[in-house]
Amino acid sequence: MNDYFDFEKSIAEMEKMIEKLKSISPDQNHYNDEIAELEKKCLLQKQELYGNLTAWQTVQIARHPKRPVLLDYISLVFSDFVELHGDRSFGDDQALIGGFATIGKRRVMLIGHNKGKNVDENIKRNFGQAKPEGYRKALRLMRLAEKYNLPVLCFIDTQGAYPGIEGEERGQPEAIATNLTEMARLEVPIIALVTGEGGSGGALAIGVGDSVLMLSHSVYSVISPEGCASILWRDASFSPQAAEALKPTAQSLLALKVIDEIIPEPLGGAHRNYEQTSQEIRRVLLKHLKRLSAFSTSKLLKQRFEKYSAIGLFSDQR
Amino acid sequence: MPWFIKSKTSEEKRKPLKDDIWVKCGSCNAHVFKEDWFNSLSVCPKCGFHGRLTAYERIGQILDIDTFKEMFGRISPSDPLSFVWTRGSYKDIVKQTQDKTGLNESVVCGIGKIHDIPVSIAVMDFRFFGGSLGSATGEKILLAANYAYEHKIPYIIFSASGGARMQEGTLSLMQMAKTCAGIARLREKKIPYISVLTDPTTGGVIASYAMVGDVNIAEPGALIGFAGRRVIEQTIRQKLPDNFQTSEYFLEHGFIDLIVERKKLKDTLKNVLQYYNR
Repeated sequence: MNDYFDFEKSIAEMEKMIEKLKSISPDQNHYNDEIAELEKKCLLQKQELYGNLTAWQTVQIARHPKRPVLLDYISLVFSDFVELHGDRSFGDDQALIGGFATIGKRRVMLIGHNKGKNVDENIKRNFGQAKPEGYRKALRLMRLAEKYNLPVLCFIDTQGAYPGIEGEERGQPEAIATNLTEMARLEVPIIALVTGEGGSGGALAIGVGDSVLMLSHSVYSVISPEGCASILWRDASFSPQAAEALKPTAQSLLALKVIDEIIPEPLGGAHRNYEQTSQEIRRVLLKHLKRLSAFSTSKLLKQRFEKYSAIGLFSDQR
Repeated sequence: MPWFIKSKTSEEKRKPLKDDIWVKCGSCNAHVFKEDWFNSLSVCPKCGFHGRLTAYERIGQILDIDTFKEMFGRISPSDPLSFVWTRGSYKDIVKQTQDKTGLNESVVCGIGKIHDIPVSIAVMDFRFFGGSLGSATGEKILLAANYAYEHKIPYIIFSASGGARMQEGTLSLMQMAKTCAGIARLREKKIPYISVLTDPTTGGVIASYAMVGDVNIAEPGALIGFAGRRVIEQTIRQKLPDNFQTSEYFLEHGFIDLIVERKKLKDTLKNVLQYYNR
């Protein structure tokens, strides 16, 4: 069962038709030819649609309510997860979780936002919007990773850091700024992966890495299309235009050299096939872990500094 | 991160009206002779309201006379996303802003002396795209940090910014990481970094280099905060305290060390830097 967006309507109808034909004669296969024909047509149309998504359509897929969340990946990509709680100063943020984990034969520190998939989970997880204590917990775990010489893997999926009064009074900007500064010099490899929404400072606060990756239908942006539209267009209904203008897709960001690699999603999006998505993630993460483990600490830090020094496009002709 | 959203009335309130000889205080509405206004460093002599300064006014007030040497001044915005919105194309509006302000970017960098102490300095100017952090801004702030690193001199940033610049998309967001990488490296050589927060310092700038000074200093009454007031009110659906997101609120909650009046700022910077004992 899948939830379809408006732009997936024709695909939804075809898939429904295929299901129907299959259910009419599950054994005798009278409609085999028709089914094969339809499936072929459906596949072509999917390839056409998902190969040419607009930025706004990609934003919608990145926010799909059934899109896998970190807890799904913890069970499908990793083993022996030991969750570690709390920032040791204020509390334990359930929007941003982490702990020891094993991927293949490699032991790592896994940190990431976790959105909920229903109302109760989302209340518990604050819709994946972390408060300062979440970012401070993340930093605590990164320092622990440094002590235990474990690479850090960060899974990013948040609309942004929680913009409420508690965030402000407990120092949301300080928590984010400190993470950016500390991650720049953390003496173990860091791999950041945007799995869904990479929402501004709340994403970047666990997003400074030696390898920065994105799932093919995820987005990463300085501001949400809605926020940008309501400021620059003075009307949130211009969100599709703002999404186009902000170029938040993995393909655009690879071209702008913000990210290093795109991890392909199954046709139609990660929510269509958790297993396949997880296999791809596992394959690419292991590749990057292997690559980064070859570097000495000083080389790693030098490369990280050079990587971030090079991000940005400007003119020096004026 | 958005530029800080403000209602039109509060925007007008903060901007002193410039006539030929009078300046109207943005807070108490007192009419002050222009000469008196500038002699008091753009601080209202009646109520103490700290008006905004241009980058060069700030440099003139902080550095010893004739010691400032501007660097990296040719670095300016390109239009990496070909961004167009209701006001037109980013490229054109950058050009207009450059012509209007005489600035190439939202930050002016260079070296100079504060009571004979050599420093590398970066001063943001709110007139240029709301002091927002774009690729060229980030590059200049990093280069000024690298200069401090190479020459082992203290680094001071004066922030005045609405946050990351939307018109350069995710590249702007990445400047938060880029500038912090430059700041982080200063620690290796134990080089001081002082952050001075002026009105306003919000969004992606408060959430990056402005908040990680060895010493964070703010001017009184400055707007300092992360998320826009309207965003917060929509999120929590309740009224916010009056002093919310001010220098005083940040001092009270432990995120800045000092609130310093403009006329004492230069001496305070010297007093802090003289404890740098290497």
